[in-house]
Amino acid sequence: MTLTAKPPAAPPSGGDDVPPAASAPPRRRRGIRSWVRGGGLSTLVFLAPMLIVFTVFSWSPIVQSMIMSLQKTNLLDPPTWVGLDNFVHVLNDPLLGTAVVNTVYFALLALLFGFPLPIFVAVLMSEVRRAKGFYSALAYLPVVVPPVVAVLLWKVFYDASPTGLFNTILGWVGIPPQPWLQSSATAMPSLVLEATWAAAGGAIIIYLAALLSVPPELYDAAEVDGATIWQKVWNVTLPQLRGILFIMLILQVIATAQVFLEPYLFTGGGPNNATVTILLLIYRYAFQNSLGGDYGEATALSVMLAIVLALLSWLYFKLTERWSTS
Amino acid sequence: MKSPRTVAIAGLAAFAMVGALAACSAGGASDSGKTELRVATFPPGADEAAYTAFAEQEKQFEKEHPDIDIIGVEYEWEGPTFAVQLAGGSLPDVFTVPFTDSKTLLENGQLMDVTDEIDELGYTDKFNPIILDAVKDGDRIYGFPRQAYAMGLHYNRTLFEQAGLDPDTPPTTWDEIREAAKTISEKTGKAGFMEMTQNNTGGWQLTAATAARGGSIQEDNGDGTYTSTIANDATKAHLQYLHDLRWEDNSLGSNFLLDWGTINQEFAAGNIGMYSSGSDVYTALVRDFSLNPDDYGLTVVPVEDGGGTLGGGDIAVVSPTVDDETKAAAVTWIDWYYMQKLLDEDAAVLDAKTLAESDQAVGTPVLPVLDRETYEESLTWIEPYINVPRDQMTPFIEGVWDQTPVGEPKGKTQEIYALLDTVVQAVLTEENADIDALLEQADADAQALLDE
Repeated sequence: MTLTAKPPAAPPSGGDDVPPAASAPPRRRRGIRSWVRGGGLSTLVFLAPMLIVFTVFSWSPIVQSMIMSLQKTNLLDPPTWVGLDNFVHVLNDPLLGTAVVNTVYFALLALLFGFPLPIFVAVLMSEVRRAKGFYSALAYLPVVVPPVVAVLLWKVFYDASPTGLFNTILGWVGIPPQPWLQSSATAMPSLVLEATWAAAGGAIIIYLAALLSVPPELYDAAEVDGATIWQKVWNVTLPQLRGILFIMLILQVIATAQVFLEPYLFTGGGPNNATVTILLLIYRYAFQNSLGGDYGEATALSVMLAIVLALLSWLYFKLTERWSTS
Repeated sequence: MKSPRTVAIAGLAAFAMVGALAACSAGGASDSGKTELRVATFPPGADEAAYTAFAEQEKQFEKEHPDIDIIGVEYEWEGPTFAVQLAGGSLPDVFTVPFTDSKTLLENGQLMDVTDEIDELGYTDKFNPIILDAVKDGDRIYGFPRQAYAMGLHYNRTLFEQAGLDPDTPPTTWDEIREAAKTISEKTGKAGFMEMTQNNTGGWQLTAATAARGGSIQEDNGDGTYTSTIANDATKAHLQYLHDLRWEDNSLGSNFLLDWGTINQEFAAGNIGMYSSGSDVYTALVRDFSLNPDDYGLTVVPVEDGGGTLGGGDIAVVSPTVDDETKAAAVTWIDWYYMQKLLDEDAAVLDAKTLAESDQAVGTPVLPVLDRETYEESLTWIEPYINVPRDQMTPFIEGVWDQTPVGEPKGKTQEIYALLDTVVQAVLTEENADIDALLEQADADAQALLDE
């Protein structure tokens, strides 16, 4: 079964059924006076607050950081232009490779565990007939817990001593205590586990909302054809959700590529650099490597990350254009 | 869209927006005509008594200097946020920074020149010259050294007793520390010994242990260049020592991601038998981490092979962004709050009395920033107010004068400490860690940093 039918081919431009551009009636050029008379001024006034806020707090920092990536500055003395030196320095940093590998590892693990889980839970919950609101609230609860509190809580869970919470539970079934955050091998999966717990609730709610839009007659038809529950999920639910799945996937890739909170608060990048991620490296450039802060190098790496993510998103949408509903 | 009402609402919205933005940039000028001086107080989380004591001192100062309005600001030195606080204007006008960071701050132009003011106050020549060097660039001085410490071995007397050890005769050699750590771990289930590993403190402590074992991680070539000597025998010996404690004795507990704050927290909670840190940490342990004073013991870190005790400390500095009037007020405050209690009997007694009345630590062992005689004399002035258990610190107080103080490395100190964090973490978390290879790599990376 194919996911969707091919969209109808676009009519060739300049074909018989398309009127030539020259034959379109010429658009009247509107003068400033008519623009004002047409309510343009009040539109602008209404727009102004938002434009100001975006300019001051959003676009201007983006432009400034791009400029800063070409400068050396300590935020006090006048900055000096260094061209692409910051980019060269960042690319030559031996820790960059480690950070990229760790970030990709985090993203893959998060994709493996974190992506299917909310879909699975949402599908299960959609089948629940009673107390659906209660289950939704329960699933969403971790999202409500402030992230720093969640990390502190999980630090207690991950206590590596035999009396730690998780280790005690493992002890009940005869599994020896695990080092969790205290070993290069288990630190990153431990971060992914907490991150999945923290973020799944939001995704579940989105999937639940999307599931409501699946026409019930599709299920009725499937039932008439004798479909099992898994056949219904595979042949009805998932194809109906594919639009939202595509968007959620790219959002997750972008979010996991920018993971910072967990490695910063749980391990500080350790042990032995096993959880240094790209954003943690950016943070270190800006605030830790030297007291003046290498803001130029930090922004250079940020710009590179932004470009890579933008390219990745573009590529993703190009590759999935055929299957996407949007 | 054209209705006058719509236009009026839109205009009002825009006006409110512009007004709000303008309000954001408004400054905080003093209405009373006094010079407002924002000064660093304690890290967030200090107990209420600390603020009570500070409020009292603030009142005393303002009585003597009615033209200055002191505003206490919660402050904790953190390299990562310092530059942003400075640029964002949220840094106090007077704050303290560690010796290790003063050179970098000097190079970055982030400290105010106070040479003339210190000369005028007349105590330029009274400072210990080695300590004053930390805040000098040529013949200009950029801060007031106000407190120094030597490295000490902090131990939990209660855990010692529970393990059957005598808390009055703490270990004096590295081997004895190992033995004691093993006993504590076996008898109490707590970490017998622990080492910091995170946020540059792993490198700091490895450097201190290297100095104690007669080595050094860096050579100052005297011409502004430095040579990394990380791959030396003393550093290697200490890493092997940590490896043995971790993997052979299992006496380091289970948390190998600790920094200054978290190791203090763990120690105050009674989970660590011994750890090494600055000798002045007692105040923070009691004030910020609620340590039970009865648990506390302090001795010197063992030295061998001609080694010494790594010293450090902090300096009171003025933000480079303040105007002349605020700078003058800042110097007056630093002299009153930090310096006079080291020099003048009345000031020392007033300070000690105020702190003691608010249950703040008085008499924590430090190294003198002036000379030893003045320091010991000042202890006699404040003797009635000393409330820290100095008898539990006797091994340190008596032993520290026999140890040679060693300064911290000056070239790219914090960056190199950060590199060494990873080495310490690797040794503590990987049983098969290749110490030689780790040190060779760290040495090469450190040299690359020093050559930049």
